[in-house]
Amino acid sequence: MSDLSRRKWIMTGLAATAGVSGLGVAARIAQKYGLIPPDHGGIYGLGETLTYAAQRLLTKHSLAREFPRNLISNPPFANEMPPLNDAFKHLQAGGFADWRLTVDGMVDRPASFSLAQLRSYPSRSQITHLACEEGWSYIAEWVGVPLSHILDVVGIHPQARYVAYLSIDPDWWDSIEMADAMHPQTFLAYGLNGNELPVGNGGPLRMRLPRQLGYKNVKFITHLTVTDSMKGFGAGLGSASPEGGYAWYAGI
Amino acid sequence: MARSGSVQGPLGASFPSSASAVPASTVTPRHSALVRLTHWITTLCFLALLVSGVEIVISHPRFYWGETGNDLTPTLFKLPIPSSRALVPTGYGYVLPDQNGWSRYLHFQAAWVAVLTGLLYMIFGLLTGHFRKNLLPGRADLSWRGFSAAIARHLRFERPSEAEAWSYNVLQRLTYLLVVFILFPLVIWTGLAMSPAFVSAVPVTVTLLGGQESARTIHFFVTIALVLFLLVHVVMVCLAGFRSRMRAMVTGQTRARVERT
Repeated sequence: MSDLSRRKWIMTGLAATAGVSGLGVAARIAQKYGLIPPDHGGIYGLGETLTYAAQRLLTKHSLAREFPRNLISNPPFANEMPPLNDAFKHLQAGGFADWRLTVDGMVDRPASFSLAQLRSYPSRSQITHLACEEGWSYIAEWVGVPLSHILDVVGIHPQARYVAYLSIDPDWWDSIEMADAMHPQTFLAYGLNGNELPVGNGGPLRMRLPRQLGYKNVKFITHLTVTDSMKGFGAGLGSASPEGGYAWYAGI
Repeated sequence: MARSGSVQGPLGASFPSSASAVPASTVTPRHSALVRLTHWITTLCFLALLVSGVEIVISHPRFYWGETGNDLTPTLFKLPIPSSRALVPTGYGYVLPDQNGWSRYLHFQAAWVAVLTGLLYMIFGLLTGHFRKNLLPGRADLSWRGFSAAIARHLRFERPSEAEAWSYNVLQRLTYLLVVFILFPLVIWTGLAMSPAFVSAVPVTVTLLGGQESARTIHFFVTIALVLFLLVHVVMVCLAGFRSRMRAMVTGQTRARVERT
């Protein structure tokens, strides 16, 4: 082996070592600033982490576009969904009068809200775009209560990191980090285009995050849990989506 | 010799550097190591993006213009293929299996690798003068004479001369410039314009294109253009000599016919 090629190998080795330790430091910093998604493992973990970290940093203060009223899609599109369970049908028969939103976990005052209570809080209305990962989309005016308001009412612990949101369908749940939970456009929607939110669009209560794709906007919300880790939820990947092969983060 | 001489004539004028580009020994690589590396990484990424992109399109093979579009709205056009979603009216009596989960993971992972590789290539190309020397056509080439000579050689399916194995003709140069500086940036831009999070931070990404569904439609057409490029590219490699062109892009070596003279 010539001197030149030996030097080349040593330099390559040094560069590789620096690269690996650089990655280690980067991973630690990313973890500290909440840039690593719960589904960061596996062969697609690198791409997923890059996407989440980049968009988390880029969208820190950004607001989803809001549209003029004349762009509202008429009629609003309602996607296919699995059959609703008996618990839902029972509540639906009663006009959702007994629908409850339970909030627990790392909160000072665990609570359970009726829809009437949620409607009594300051409401937020916004005309935003909902895009499905499949490729279709529609614009509608959504009305609801900001999630940050509910979190203020119950008082979250300082170490809280995620809000898990669960639907009446036990197979359908998701979570967001505090940055998304406290975002002014994240809200629990109960109205659509001036009416009560139709069941086909997630009524009576749907999580609405206009900066993420449709599947992150879980329908039929009954339960919020504030937590510092998603490890105890399902397979620990942050939501039901990664267990079905889909990414936890749906900003792209 | 007469034949190659007649080709060499206009070629000599076309490639001011072609004479000096043919090295005396085989040591100088036809393609630099960085060009070869980024070429093959991009190839792998493009195939991954293409397969996963096709899978994603199958879940909604309808295209629209503007901000919105769904099964209830008129389309710009529809692909005559079955879908992986039951609600899409395709006319086929069956629904394909859903492959979007892994397809989306793979699509974005490959996009990251492709974009980072592209950045490396861009920096390299600007620093080393690769674009200026190897891709920017010479002034003489941009005349009608230069064009018609190059097109005529292609229409006659003429095997490229030896000098051409060391350089690119004007059509190649313009095509590569189109792919590198127009099509790839456009496919990245339209891809980002479909991300609700990205456009919340940089709204002009989507407003300049006329809406999220317009972005998706343009993304599709740019992909078609890139696939056409890929097909022509592979056909031309085969016509020009598959083994020698592959050797040049893999090992950097090309058979230096200079030895024989």
